[in-house]
Amino acid sequence: MSRAPVAGDEFMMRDTTSHPPAYAPAYKTSVLRSPRNALISLQQSLSEVTAPVFRAEELGPRDNDLIMNAAKDGMPVGERIIVHGCVRDQYERPVANALVEVWQANASGRYRHKKDQYIGALDPNFGGCGRMLTDANGYYAYRTIRPGPYPWRNRVNDWRPAHIHYAISGDGWVQRLITQMYFEGDPLIASCPILRIVPSEEQIRGLIAMQDTTAFVPLDSRAYRFDIVLRGRRATLFENLVQGEAQ
Amino acid sequence: MTGILRETASQTAGPYVHIGLAPNQAGFDIFENNFGNVLVTPQTKGERIHIEGTVFDGSNTPVRDVLIECWQANAEGKYNSPGDRQPGKKLDPAFRGWGRACSDFDTGLYSFETIKPGVVQGRKGRPMAPHINLWIVARGINLGLNTRLYFSDEGEANAKDPVLNLIEWEVRRKTLIAQRETRDGKVVYRFDIRLQGDGETVFFDI
Repeated sequence: MSRAPVAGDEFMMRDTTSHPPAYAPAYKTSVLRSPRNALISLQQSLSEVTAPVFRAEELGPRDNDLIMNAAKDGMPVGERIIVHGCVRDQYERPVANALVEVWQANASGRYRHKKDQYIGALDPNFGGCGRMLTDANGYYAYRTIRPGPYPWRNRVNDWRPAHIHYAISGDGWVQRLITQMYFEGDPLIASCPILRIVPSEEQIRGLIAMQDTTAFVPLDSRAYRFDIVLRGRRATLFENLVQGEAQ
Repeated sequence: MTGILRETASQTAGPYVHIGLAPNQAGFDIFENNFGNVLVTPQTKGERIHIEGTVFDGSNTPVRDVLIECWQANAEGKYNSPGDRQPGKKLDPAFRGWGRACSDFDTGLYSFETIKPGVVQGRKGRPMAPHINLWIVARGINLGLNTRLYFSDEGEANAKDPVLNLIEWEVRRKTLIAQRETRDGKVVYRFDIRLQGDGETVFFDI
């Protein structure tokens, strides 16, 4: 490659075999919510290679501290953990200033959401959402309570493994990604319909955070490492067709 | 493809996406500054428009737990992003061009308050008709769906738009055209999205 890509260059084509198919009958809700027509493939234009820029001052100082950001009169119940990692693109370049938003159930497997009816108790001191921007090296970190597993209506005895939801916004609209992070060693991983529809073991492994003893805080918190890969921006050779400068 | 990492696998946003991305709609107040569906301030330049619609599933039932994000150029047709180097177009400091909306839990209706974007230069210098990029996620959607909203009062520009013309089936192009109406003196565009079946919206692999 002759030069590093710059903002405005295009991204490599999405490899759809990295993702679960839209229609995945084992995950029943997908049956009526999956398009039947083929997606129309677009060569990227400015509309696809640009993306909104978020600023640190838009976020609050405790937005990445899920242990304290909704605490009312004490600490939330559960295992204290730190989750950290890097957001990189497919060429292993760090994605700086990416917006990382996370949400999760509490230690009982209950969401603070008006539509969640699970019998697991709400925790008055736990909200379950946080957000942060990656630094210049693509690095992010937050602390939280390890979420609990919970049952859900798919088959009658399906249980979600403990997980944390992620939404990531990089510097191109095509990089927008929603996913879920799971925890090393969770026995529910083997039977989760939402996870098993991911087409390869390699891609499933990529969603499982590994315990990271090097980042433990002694006498305080354990830690997990979760790295994220977004679409890769490639240097456009010879001419920049995206900007419409060449005929 | 040696040396190229695979993109992290996508997973559904799930039914509780609001907690993370729109906590007020989940029923609690946590962040001081919330990202929402109002893209304009009084200082924003351009024609004020209200966009609203419903997302339907394959049984024609409204999807009441959907989240939609929009990304658009300003009134001059420039994106507020370092990648946009179109000559001669100015940024509007009062317009980022990005927002997110959730459908109403009862009615299924989503809406945005924004401005009509200008024409953006497309590939090889071909102008693109005014449009707004949409990204749709929900429970049951395994990989976020990308589409574009075009405007019914831009017939001439739409007819020449390189992306609309890429859609081989003319009958499907109209699924991307929001219909303009005036309500109480305000401009409203209706844009329904059909995930599956008759009149299925065109979605893009971008």
